Amino acid sequence: MTTHAWLLLGAYLVILLLVAKPLGIYIANVMEGRGLALRVGGPIESLLYRIGGVRRDEEMGWLKYALAILLFNALGALAVYALQRLQLWLPLNPQAMANVSPDSSFNTAVSFVTNTNWQGYGGESTMSYLTQMLGLAVQNFLSAATGIVVVIALIRGFARHTAKTIGNAWVDLTRITLYVLLPISLVYAVFLVGQGVIQNFDAYKDVTTVEATRYDAPKLDAAGQPIKDDKGNAVTESVSTPTQTLAMGPVASQEAIKMLGTNGGGFFNANSAHPYENPTPLANFIQMLSIFLIPAALTLTFGRMVGDMRQGWAVLAAMTLMFVVMAVAAMSFEHQGNPLLANLGADMSVGNMEGKETRFGIADSGLFATITTLASCGAVNSMHDSFMPLGGFVPLWNMMLGEVVFGGVGTGLYGMLVFAVMAVFIAGLMIGRTPEYLGKKIEAYEMKMVSIAILVTPLLVLAGTAIAVMVPAGVAGIANPGAHGFSEILYAFTSAANNNGSAFAGLSANTPFYNTLLGIAMWFGRFGVIVPVLALAGALAAKKRITASAGTMPTHGPLFVVLLIGTVVLVGALNYVPALALGPVVEHLMLGSAH
Amino acid sequence: MKTLFRPALTLFVLLSVVTGIVYPLAVTGIAKVLFPDAAEGSLIIENGKPVGSRLIGQNFTDPKYFWGRPSATGPMPYNASASSGSNQGPLNPALKDAVKARIDALKASDPSQTAPIPEDLVTASGSGLDPQISPAAARWQAPRVARVRGLSEAEVSKLIDAHTEGRQLGLLGEPRVNVLALNLALDRLAKP
Repeated sequence: MTTHAWLLLGAYLVILLLVAKPLGIYIANVMEGRGLALRVGGPIESLLYRIGGVRRDEEMGWLKYALAILLFNALGALAVYALQRLQLWLPLNPQAMANVSPDSSFNTAVSFVTNTNWQGYGGESTMSYLTQMLGLAVQNFLSAATGIVVVIALIRGFARHTAKTIGNAWVDLTRITLYVLLPISLVYAVFLVGQGVIQNFDAYKDVTTVEATRYDAPKLDAAGQPIKDDKGNAVTESVSTPTQTLAMGPVASQEAIKMLGTNGGGFFNANSAHPYENPTPLANFIQMLSIFLIPAALTLTFGRMVGDMRQGWAVLAAMTLMFVVMAVAAMSFEHQGNPLLANLGADMSVGNMEGKETRFGIADSGLFATITTLASCGAVNSMHDSFMPLGGFVPLWNMMLGEVVFGGVGTGLYGMLVFAVMAVFIAGLMIGRTPEYLGKKIEAYEMKMVSIAILVTPLLVLAGTAIAVMVPAGVAGIANPGAHGFSEILYAFTSAANNNGSAFAGLSANTPFYNTLLGIAMWFGRFGVIVPVLALAGALAAKKRITASAGTMPTHGPLFVVLLIGTVVLVGALNYVPALALGPVVEHLMLGSAH
Repeated sequence: MKTLFRPALTLFVLLSVVTGIVYPLAVTGIAKVLFPDAAEGSLIIENGKPVGSRLIGQNFTDPKYFWGRPSATGPMPYNASASSGSNQGPLNPALKDAVKARIDALKASDPSQTAPIPEDLVTASGSGLDPQISPAAARWQAPRVARVRGLSEAEVSKLIDAHTEGRQLGLLGEPRVNVLALNLALDRLAKP
């Protein structure tokens, strides 16, 4: 790794850790109903509750909380589905984008509601401005809010004792949206425009290019169908166009919450590689920071709310250590250029530039890829499908860790706390004591919920991949031959079930088969974890608090950090090593032999 | 369930209005006041007509211009309404063929240039719209552009230097040259 890459990583970590604590404490205050923001926004908040018939002092048990979350998200899915199916007849559609197909609309609706933002479509050639801002961007806010309130409920489970309730879902959703996500997004979006991200409602703009563009286009017959020659190949003709059509839209407002809420769904097909979404290296750096910002802050919200900041720092330390290892790996692997291309006579000393942007280069692309896949963000500023075999291994493996190393907003921390419970359970088994975490005894019911939460995703990933490689409709989507084609499918299901949303994008996934199967994986990968996590929260809240004794394992020291990392890595490795061996590992060995 | 339905529906509608209508309109309004040019796409206007955007690359094949990154968009390269990378994996034979064809075309454009070809000139960008190339890629093409235009290499190099941006804040990103801006400057040089 170059000195520059080390400096970049260092600067990133320093700034992230500096802002994490104040934001974490701010979020804790907001969620506990304190602070200046609540006094300022109080009247608006009260108005919303009055119209909605919300009694803010009435708290919910875990089951009611879970039902509220499910209902709220189901409404979101319906709205996003309807907007896509009707967009041609709705306003703010200057390009007259057609209504989206039922299977693609289903996939996209589930994708944005579950904070996955897997995209089977290309934004600028599919979605109207209204669908983007009122459907997709709204879910960028609300799915982020959902993730955060679920972890807040779990934290209350640890912080409270002998309690029947874990909070009021309506109040939690409203507060996190109004006082955290919205104000940060507003400032952030304006900053992005300053860097060059567009924000308008104009029709796409035609400009007369300096040089006309000549290209081969398929020849069409009178009925508009492509003409084919005797061998069945499409006949092409050379055509020339003097103009370039620049896609427009309200991009900055969506971009801000796309990153801040670890959503990752690009306004444009090329996502954060597109110069109108991510125009400068500074914008790129801030985008990287904003992915980890809330997940990092929430660890300290956790410390604050359970009354022991050291507990939060320990979790943050475990996350940070794993992140540094993966970031160094990704940047190093991509710094090694493709030897097969070097043989052709190109100077590959820079690294692997296929699918990367000049302004970001190798270091900023490798770091971005690590961050976006460790957090369940899924935005990309370079094409992961074109990474070197081991460079592509890193994003895939990052997602397989279960999106708990920082992870998605809220989801990352509740996933990590589930692993923490698992870690103290394993430690308890080793020394023959009843495990406890934060003064709560961990018993059979809790371990059942933890097991479900940990096992749902690997089940979806491996079963989904197995189905897709066995049926023709699944194999048909593969773009790259050989082991890489298998990696494309494995990546797709890993990304969907872990609610990441990035892709080995060569895979043609906008088909009824993939839209349906990936939609199912995303839904259960999200709510199949949220429901047991809320059940865990309810069970923990009801427990008595036991005081720490000499036999209690401290959960704020280096020993616990190592144990936690070990648990996360072990579970990830045990689940996925065979599948990884068939994909990127084989490909890397083939690269060696081809070279 | 019944007690949940009213708050679910009303809060969903109200929060949608706040985050899906009020918020994007507020950003648009502020952007129009503070950064009108950027909000509209950073367009370059020559003789009163838009000729492109500073942020969006264009396709160049004429030897008198600097060429940009190969673009994988369809059906034409640098299609700014359908951004895309090639998504070709490192072992894909199609990638090897494409790179070989680009190397051959570059060598044919300037047989006298024997330095190894910088990689960014033969690999497709992530967006297919990359507006920039590395300074090395610009310098590699300088002799050809100078010869075709009847300029000295020193004049062309000076122009490249003037259009080279370093790392932002000394740390972020990579040094780069905006191809469209450089080519427009060349054209202006030709007709004083």
